[in-house]
Amino acid sequence: MAPTTRTILICSGKGGVGKTTLTANLGIALARLGVNTVVLDADFGLRNLDLLLGLENRIVYTAQEVLAENCRLDQALVKHKQEPNLSLLPAGNPRMLEWLKPEDMQRIAAMLADQFDYVLIDCPAGIEDGFKNAVAAAKEAIVITTPEVSAVRDADRVIGLLNTHGVKPVQLVLNRVRPKMMANQEMLAADDVTDILALPLLGLVLEDEQVIVSTNRGEPLTLSNSKTPAARAYANIARRLQGEDIPLIDPAKEGLGLRDKMWRLMQTKIF
Amino acid sequence: MSTTLRDILDKLLGRQPASAKTARDRLQLVLAHDRSDLSPELLDQMRREIFEVVAKYVDIDLDEGEVSLETEDRMTALVANLPIKRCQAKKPSSSNESSLPPKEQKATLTPKQESPLPPKEQESLLPIKETE
Ligand SMILES: Nc1ncnc2c1ncn2[C@@H]1O[C@H](COP(=O)(O)OP(=O)(O)O)[C@@H](O)[C@H]1O
Ligand SMILES: [Mg+2]
Repeated sequence: MAPTTRTILICSGKGGVGKTTLTANLGIALARLGVNTVVLDADFGLRNLDLLLGLENRIVYTAQEVLAENCRLDQALVKHKQEPNLSLLPAGNPRMLEWLKPEDMQRIAAMLADQFDYVLIDCPAGIEDGFKNAVAAAKEAIVITTPEVSAVRDADRVIGLLNTHGVKPVQLVLNRVRPKMMANQEMLAADDVTDILALPLLGLVLEDEQVIVSTNRGEPLTLSNSKTPAARAYANIARRLQGEDIPLIDPAKEGLGLRDKMWRLMQTKIF
Repeated sequence: MSTTLRDILDKLLGRQPASAKTARDRLQLVLAHDRSDLSPELLDQMRREIFEVVAKYVDIDLDEGEVSLETEDRMTALVANLPIKRCQAKKPSSSNESSLPPKEQKATLTPKQESPLPPKEQESLLPIKETE
């Protein structure tokens, strides 16, 4: 195994908070930085990573055939056309869940770590078997959440489990941030979430309509030189993972009018 | 937690606090329970037993007494705030025939040793290890 390979689980607890979107965009962004990256769809029940990457029509074999030794790993890997530094290992049939074991995921991850610099694992929602299989293969993790009570609570459960599995470092991505609501204190602030979860913030992704447009097309935002807020956020996360020191955006500073400044003053913590 | 100008204004004007603050407070409470993995029933039973034990030694104000869970930095602690009615200690197992008239004097149980959490005033903190 290449000792420097980073095997990162992208997980959340709650479903629909942006795991798959982050995995696809981060995968492309890392590949564009020149690092050999593979994304592994560990969400066997509700696989979507192929669709977000626009690779759904190019799948021949999956992780299932690799594990059953019905094909070689390189036969199952799907290389991205525009971004050849990125490959996808598709999830097999949902029926795989009946026999899949943590050791199987470890085997797959070890095979991938031999060939790639980054292995990003798109984790299923929940904390049951699907999660346990995926976490067994991971060395580090990115927990993604939205600034909502239910998502933060579920993230907390997952962080507890990551700790007991010895996964570290664990970093946080806050997704679907709405600066106006945050400024009005009608949405949990980034500090609130990092304080509560006691995790370092790796990235802050704004709510961005372009995410949906890009999903429609099967072209992650990071694929083009898109300058939309979410695209910049995903690209910055990739660069931070690579060790670059890029300051986080301050959602409160997104607006600069007098009203916004007033609001900022109002939410300054005084004791 | 922290207070902002807005919090103070809200209080002065009798307005509902901003929902982010409510979210923060509710999360803090629910996570203290999630992280300790104690059911409300067990917590209640423990609360009663703690009161019983402490009451053997000192007269405590049962109405004011409070045993709750708090959490910070992924550390969960059992926080007991047990106001003592009379400052003179009971002798264990002896009945309470004290010469002093029952004065309403409030005192709180404080731990002797350093707790691993930043010491809070007048409260006894019992850190709880996180369970799976
Ligand atoms: N930053 C964002 N702005 C707007 N929509 C988003 C954002 N992130 C995710 N979404 C949308 O949220 C939905 C769930 O995202 P997805 O990545 O599939 O979540 P998960 O994999 O955690 O279930 C999708 O419809 C996606 O387009
Ligand atoms: Mg998903």
